[in-house]
Amino acid sequence: MPISAVERPVLEIHDVECKYGGVSAVRGLSIEVKAGELVSLIGTNGAGKTTTLKCISGLVRAVHGRIIFNGKDITKAAPGDILAEGIAHCPEGRRVFPYMTVEENLQMGSYLRTDKERVQSDLERLFDRFPILKERRRQAAGTLSGGEQQMLAISRALMSRPKLVMFDEPSLGLAPNIIERTFEIIQEIREEGMTVLMVEQNAYAALALCDRAYVLESGEVVLQGSGTKLLEDPTVREAYLGG
Amino acid sequence: MSRFAPWAVALFFASVPLWIGDQYFLHILISTGIFIIAAMSLNLLLGYTGQLSLGHVAFFGIGAYTSALVSLGFDVNLLGWTVTLAPKPVWVGLLCGIVLAGLAGWFIGKVSFKVRGAYFVIVTISFAEVVRLVALNWIDLTEGPMALNNIPPLTLWLPWLGETTFWRKTPNYYLILVVGLVAFEVIRRLVQSRLGRSLIALRENEPLAMSVGIDVTRALVVATVISAAIAGAAGGLYAHYIRIVDPDVFLFIYTVTMVIMVVVGGKGTLWGPVVGGLLFGILPDFLRDMAAPEVQWVIYGAVMIVIVFFLPQGIVPAVNAWLRGRGASSRDAAATPGEDRA
Repeated sequence: MPISAVERPVLEIHDVECKYGGVSAVRGLSIEVKAGELVSLIGTNGAGKTTTLKCISGLVRAVHGRIIFNGKDITKAAPGDILAEGIAHCPEGRRVFPYMTVEENLQMGSYLRTDKERVQSDLERLFDRFPILKERRRQAAGTLSGGEQQMLAISRALMSRPKLVMFDEPSLGLAPNIIERTFEIIQEIREEGMTVLMVEQNAYAALALCDRAYVLESGEVVLQGSGTKLLEDPTVREAYLGG
Repeated sequence: MSRFAPWAVALFFASVPLWIGDQYFLHILISTGIFIIAAMSLNLLLGYTGQLSLGHVAFFGIGAYTSALVSLGFDVNLLGWTVTLAPKPVWVGLLCGIVLAGLAGWFIGKVSFKVRGAYFVIVTISFAEVVRLVALNWIDLTEGPMALNNIPPLTLWLPWLGETTFWRKTPNYYLILVVGLVAFEVIRRLVQSRLGRSLIALRENEPLAMSVGIDVTRALVVATVISAAIAGAAGGLYAHYIRIVDPDVFLFIYTVTMVIMVVVGGKGTLWGPVVGGLLFGILPDFLRDMAAPEVQWVIYGAVMIVIVFFLPQGIVPAVNAWLRGRGASSRDAAATPGEDRA
């Protein structure tokens, strides 16, 4: 689906600043994501990538700036309201509720939804897509392998029927072949029309997969452009792709 | 099986007064029952949300004092105003105790759940101490260390029996049993509700719970209110059974006893506080016949250490794992270390 150039971005972040205590983790940050795009944020540890996502989903408050989603100002909205607006967040690290079953984990993804019949059909669709999850639906999520937990986390995010999904370090702690599979899944989701904002340390994969990317350094955007352009950029090659 | 288990257990305990004989032992069971109700309420917080309320006895004591004061009536001078309350029926006092304890829970939740964990522990400990000092020093209202005496027992209109006053041990025993079953059922339904799911979710992974849209602070406050109200009900029942309330109801050791009951029985399980409560409610009295007082406490402590050491999850999860291990393959059994020693 071609995207018209004049179309307003679904997500606009204007000059946002976030602080932990007195220290700014992110400042003067402006990024935008258009409908159907896959946008990556790359950068080293402490560059402010995760904070940016937390700020968008309301887990961390912006002290300055504005965040607009679908024309609505969500800067001060509660995390639940932001999710209800259509932004799902797949946080990094511990991705699942370990002692809940696979099915309960997926149901938690639809915690805010009231359309119970459609929730059930969405659940069945995800089970068709990831048969391994169906097979293990009654198993505690903590007993799944890393790759299966990642599938579950992605599925849980989709259970909220989001318009935009944010993935924080989807490759973190996974085996190489599982990382590849994870990126394939993200690619598939995106091809189905989902808008994706992804934070990734694996800069090569992130740039290869995305339409556009922003390079963050100490809380500020230092470079931006299409994935292919950034892959060839000498500074990026030097700093993030190992020369 | 687990659906009928509560009824089987209830039937067994309902039969106890018919064959027990010794009224003293019935008294032990009644006080144990009151403690179990309090422990169940603590389990709702400690077991299902992971928040440790180390001042849980405050809610128990508020329930006891409120219920006693409303049923006795009072006449105090408050900042120049005279506040008088004529004695009310005991059931009104119990309701007031439940409501006031719930309000206290709301207040504690509101002030402490912005920051959780250790902060909540400290706020609850301090709160219990403040309430104890008030009970000790506001002599006009509470009689301080002289205690509230002659608290009337509960009078209820019951089908078939008509108006009944709970003077004797046997009716009190059944009263506690019924209230205990109601509290058990309230907690069971709560835990299986949407709110219960969100409590378990935030215990397991709080950032993730927030990211699926759970209002974590609100869920914790609601859980604290319900937990405090149930503890208040236990306190009220205590006041009208023992018929004397002094500031010692707020002692830290009672909170510790509740925590031990929950942890040893199995926190985060419905049956944990019941099993742990029965064990630690009755054990001291068994030991009383067998050993000198100093030895009793040593044995009591040793039993506790052995259980926590060998069954870190508590008795109920260990028994569950053992039953499952016998039924299914030994693979799940191997997943829970320690349970083969049960």
